[in-house]
This record gives sequence, structure tokens and C-alpha cells, in this order.
Amino acid sequence: MEYFIQQLINGLTLGSIYGLVAIGYTMVYGIIGMINFAHGDIFMLGGFAALIIFLILTSFFAGIPVALLLLVMLIVGMLMTGLWNWTIERVAYRPLRGSFRLAPLITAIGMSIVLSNFIQVTQGPRNKPIPQLVSDVYHLGAITISLKQIIIVILTAVLLFAFWYIVNKTPLGRAQRATEQDRKMAALLGVDVDRTISITFVMGAALAAVAGCMYLMYYGVASFNDGFIPGVKAFTAAVLGGIGSLPGAVLGGLLIGLIESLWSAYFTIAYKDVATFAILAFVLIFKPTGILGRPEVEKV
Amino acid sequence: MTNSSETGTPGLMAKAVREGIFAGVIAFGMFLLYVGIETYQNIDNRLVWRTRWGLLAIFVIVAAVARFLTVGFIKPHLDRRKLAKAKSGILEISEEKGFLRTHFLKIALIALLLYPPVSVMLFGPQGSLKYVDNFGIQILIYVMLAWGLNIVVGLAGLLDLGYVAFYAVGAYSYALLAQHLGLSFWLLLPLAGILAACWGVILGFPVLRLRGDYLAIVTLAFGEIIRLVLINWTDVTRGTFGISGIPKASVFGIWSFDVGSANYFPKAFGLATSSAWYKIFLFYVILALCLLTAYVTIRLRRMPIGRAWEALREDEIACRSLGINTVTTKLTAFAIGAMFGGFAGSFFATRQGFVSPESFVFLESAVILAIVVLGGMGSLTGIAIAAVLMVGGTELLREMEFLKLVFGPDFTPELYRMLLFGLAMIVVMLFKPRGFVGSREPTAFLKERKAVSGSFTKEGHG
Repeated sequence: MEYFIQQLINGLTLGSIYGLVAIGYTMVYGIIGMINFAHGDIFMLGGFAALIIFLILTSFFAGIPVALLLLVMLIVGMLMTGLWNWTIERVAYRPLRGSFRLAPLITAIGMSIVLSNFIQVTQGPRNKPIPQLVSDVYHLGAITISLKQIIIVILTAVLLFAFWYIVNKTPLGRAQRATEQDRKMAALLGVDVDRTISITFVMGAALAAVAGCMYLMYYGVASFNDGFIPGVKAFTAAVLGGIGSLPGAVLGGLLIGLIESLWSAYFTIAYKDVATFAILAFVLIFKPTGILGRPEVEKV
Repeated sequence: MTNSSETGTPGLMAKAVREGIFAGVIAFGMFLLYVGIETYQNIDNRLVWRTRWGLLAIFVIVAAVARFLTVGFIKPHLDRRKLAKAKSGILEISEEKGFLRTHFLKIALIALLLYPPVSVMLFGPQGSLKYVDNFGIQILIYVMLAWGLNIVVGLAGLLDLGYVAFYAVGAYSYALLAQHLGLSFWLLLPLAGILAACWGVILGFPVLRLRGDYLAIVTLAFGEIIRLVLINWTDVTRGTFGISGIPKASVFGIWSFDVGSANYFPKAFGLATSSAWYKIFLFYVILALCLLTAYVTIRLRRMPIGRAWEALREDEIACRSLGINTVTTKLTAFAIGAMFGGFAGSFFATRQGFVSPESFVFLESAVILAIVVLGGMGSLTGIAIAAVLMVGGTELLREMEFLKLVFGPDFTPELYRMLLFGLAMIVVMLFKPRGFVGSREPTAFLKERKAVSGSFTKEGHG
């Protein structure tokens, strides 16, 4: 039983990270209907920004409090990936909006290749380890919970609430939902569609940066090809939860995290990614709208 | 017209400068951390950093100047040209074709047939190895894969991001069957194709109801599952170590390419012992396989099944209303596409003599799909051109030793291969979203055959 709860906690932590990345996929897919393949690499860029800021700050201010350090890493990472995703949307996706459907998908795949290779070329192909940031561990009977797991879960909950509030209660969120439903009509009613889409990309990227920073803190290592597998898993999470739905993305992320850690704990660790991909296939085949998604009506 | 453009110039220049500076600022922000700062491990294996302001400055200046030139000169020029073209009323596709264009296919085929002998004459057997193997065979494998995927994506409009799975099935079936049963290449080639086609049906069956991006993601998942199984099923596949010592193909069992054997091919023809002859033989094999793929594709397009594929791409609901069985239509597209992937895979295994899961990553699928889309979906010529440019271009980068003189001895051009490939994908899509060859030759027509613009064909809903 303790073992099960332990795995549950690990799964929730991992799932929170996937959920944060999944929100970016789900928001972009909801608003312009494209799979932003480069989003996983934006997550990786966020991790690298956090890594570089960590190195700079610790070399200048040796005894800097960890909380402040984490905060700066998060904020710089969010700004950095926000800027990147804004530029990517502006350069590679916007000119192709309304063009034929495969074109933005190909540029997104191209962008993903460019981003991971860009980091490989500029920062080197080796794994980048950093010393542990937060090492406090709490024991509850036989179960151990580390402080970093608590930070990750709480941060995800707070961010999910904040984003849910933005999307559902603010004028910006209203513009986003209007653009999602009918871009042309929204534009006619005075919504700045281009700006709304740009902001959506920036918001998604900021969440990916948080996830990247958390991933770095949790595993203590960053690598240029960290983007692909977590990216695909986060997309799986978004689809599982019902694409276009924010709570769905987090729910899907948590489920994927739980499945992954429980599968590794009770079956073979070797096939854990196979399990994730198989779930993706099953969900799409039997319930393509996901858990919280709305069914899509096909018009002739 | 002239008046307005003259008065517009100072405003345009101011705008270009403004945009250039803006791009510079954005680039500074983007590259500040990733280019301006380098992280590396020092002697104690600890991660440390140093600054690279010079490189950062180059990035910022390049971005600013490029934006300035685009806004100030390139864009107005393109707009003027488009306007002139629209005024004259000449459509690109109705232009008279020159000699080279009308006879393009024959010329290309003759050039391909003569390619190995000419390179042997110019560089000798050993020197030709690089040109026949690295360029010729490498490009032709991608041509074949892209033509195979074209059946699924270009004709039937089913977006498949896991095509490399069938390539892997073909490669592993040849490798395993040849090693365990000792069967020859010519027997296993069709067998590998059939096995891959079976897998096409198996993987195609569950995704029949899916469309568009969902289909893309599920096929991606299937591709990854096959690769992960290849890695983890170590009893059979030997995992990441891969399978080595895969037997070479023979000339239909008459002559062999194993140096020790009695009927060694160069010995039988009195040629010098060299691995180049084997590569030349393989070049003709893959060329024949490519031509087979092209021939089958062209013939199928004129058959009911090919027409059904294209109808499916244009409108699935209309297709079903008219009584076309979409299930068999989709499954045959998957199966035939996968079969050519399987052929290419078994050829790949015999050419390398070694297969490992490393060769079948998602990136390969992405590259093949990129070639299909960049070439202009459905156009065989366009896809071949795209394969030559994209694969040949990146292979060429390996040869660019002179760049070391420019950028210093630490410079390795191979590192930039995929970076440039990705950039090329983006740039081509931005300027030619319909691919290199934007026109289609219809197979059904009234009285005379006319090429139609690619923008009239749909890309399917999956």
C-alpha cells in the first residue's frame, strides 16, 4: 500500500509537468486548429533558460536563497520562451494561416528540428547536470515526499487556476474563446484576432517554461533532445483530456503521469513509453473527443 | 502607379529601418541566453559558463539586416512582379514548355543510368564510391520512400507521420529472415514488402475512423511503438546493438559479392577487387525499385482504386455517398504505401549490412513527409526534385571541408546538417506552400489534357 501511494505521488508530480505543457498544446490547437509540434522544444528551451540563469546567478551570488533563485529562473524562462514562441508564430505560422492545412504542420515540424539542433549547436550535445536545488524530504511513515514534488504540484494548481481565470473571466479570455469559435466573426466584432493568437502562443510558452524549469529542478539535468518525448506525451495528455479544454489538459497530464509511474512500478520499465503511446492510440480510436472534450460535428 | 511608388519610397525606407531595428532587438532578446552564453563542463566536470558577445552580435546584425532587406527591397519587388503578372493575364501553367521541360523525364532517366559508369570513369572504382553510395543510393532511397508515402498522403490524403515503421518492418524482416533462414535477397524482398503491407493493414484498420491531425498523431504513436518494441525486444532484435552481418544481395543468385566465394562478381568479369562494384549494382537495384514504384503509382492512378483514392482525398462524405467503400480504399492505400516502405527497408538493410532502431526515429518520418509535401503532394517529379535538393543538399554539407578554412579547424559542417534541413523546410513552405511542383496532371479529362494548379486539389481530411 505504501508503495502504491509512493508511486501515486511520483506520478502526480510527473503528471503536473505534462499537464503544464499540455495546456500550451490544447490552447493553440483550440484557437487555430494546428498541432504546434515545436511546443515540446519550447519546453526544452525553457529548461535551458532556467539552467543558464541558474549558472549565472550562482556564480555571482554564491549564497542566494533558493526561493529567489527559482523565482528568477521561472520569470526569465517564461519571458524567454514567450519571446521565442511569439517570434515563431509571427515568422513561421502566421504567413501560412488560411493556406493549405499541411503547410503549417510541416513548418512546425521544421521548427522543432531547428530548435533542438540550434540548442545542440550552441550549447553542445552533452547532458547538462546541475546540483540539486531543493533537497528537503519529508517522511510520513514509509512514504517520502520531497519538497520539490510539493512545489511542482502546488505551482501547477496555482497556474491552472490563474489560467482558468484568464480564459473564463477576463476580456482577453473572451477574445480567445470568440476567436476559437469563429475567427471571422470575432474579427468583424472588433476582436484583434492576430493579437489574440499571439498572446495565446505566449501564454502557452510561458507555461511550458514553468514546466521546463520544474523538469530541470526535478531531474537536475537538461539536454537538447529533451523536447520530443515529453512533448509527445504532453500532446497525448491534451488529447486524452479532450483537446481545447484547459482542465482536461491537466487531467490528461495527471493520468499520463500516473499511468507511466504505476506501469514502471508494477510492470516493466522498458515498455512504459509503449504504454503511453498505446493509450494515446486507444483513446483516439474509441473516444476521439477525450474525457472533457466536446464532440466535433462534421458539416458537409 | 509610378507616381505612388516614387512617393512611397522614403516612407518605405523609414519603415524598413524601423522594422530592421525591431528585428534586431527581438533577436537580441531571443539569442541573449542561448548564443550569448555558452555552458560547458570544466576540468572538475562542473557546469560553468562564459560569454560569447561576438557571436551574439553577428546573430543580431544578421537578423536586423535580413529584416531590413526583406521589408525594404525584396517584398516590394515581389509585389511588383505579382502585379505585373496579374496584369498581363498569363497563368504560369499555360506557358509553352521548353525542350528541357517536355523531355525532362527521358533526360533524367538517361542521366541516372549513366551516372555510375561516368563516375567510375572520372574518379576510378574507389573514388566513385562516394558519389554512387553517399549521393546516388542515399537520394534514391529517399525518393523511393517519399514516392511510397506519396500514395498514402498525396493520393489518398491520409496524413501518416509513422511511415518509418514500415521501413523498419522491411529492414528487420530482411535482416532476421536472412540470418536465421539463410534466404536470398531476391526472395526476401517481396516477402518484406508483403510483411510491411500486412502491418500497413494492421495499423490502418484501427485508424479508419480518424481524420486529419488525429490520424497524424496516432500514426506517430504507432511508429514510436514499433521503434520502442525493436529497442526492448532484445531476444529477437538485440535491442540498441542492432543486427550486424546481414548478407549481401547477389546478382540473382548467379554471381555473388562475397570476396571469398567462387563466383565473385568482379573476378567473373575480370575487374579489380573493390566494393565499388557492389555499390554500383545496388544503385541499379534501387533505381529499378524506384521506377517500379513510379510505374505502379502512375498505373494505379488510372485504375478504379487510384481514382477512389483521389476522390477520398477530395471529399470523403461525397465518396461514401457515391458508393465507394472507404474502408477498403483506405486500407489498400495504407497497404500499398507500406509495401514500398518495406521494399525500401529491406534494400536499406542489405546495403548497410547493419540495422538498429537508431535508423527508424520519428525524424526520418518527418524528413520523408517533408520531402513529399515540399515536392508538391501527388507530383512524382516534384517529390524527386525535393529529395535531390533536401537529401543531396545536406549530404553535400559533409563534403564541405573548405568551410574549415573559413570558420577554423573546430568547425564541423555535419553538425549543421539537420539545422539547415529544418530551416529549408520552413523557408520552402513559406514561399511555396504548395511545394516545388504546384500543378497536377489529371488522369480523367474531357477532350484534352490540361495541367491544373495544385491549389485546386485538396489535401484531404485524413
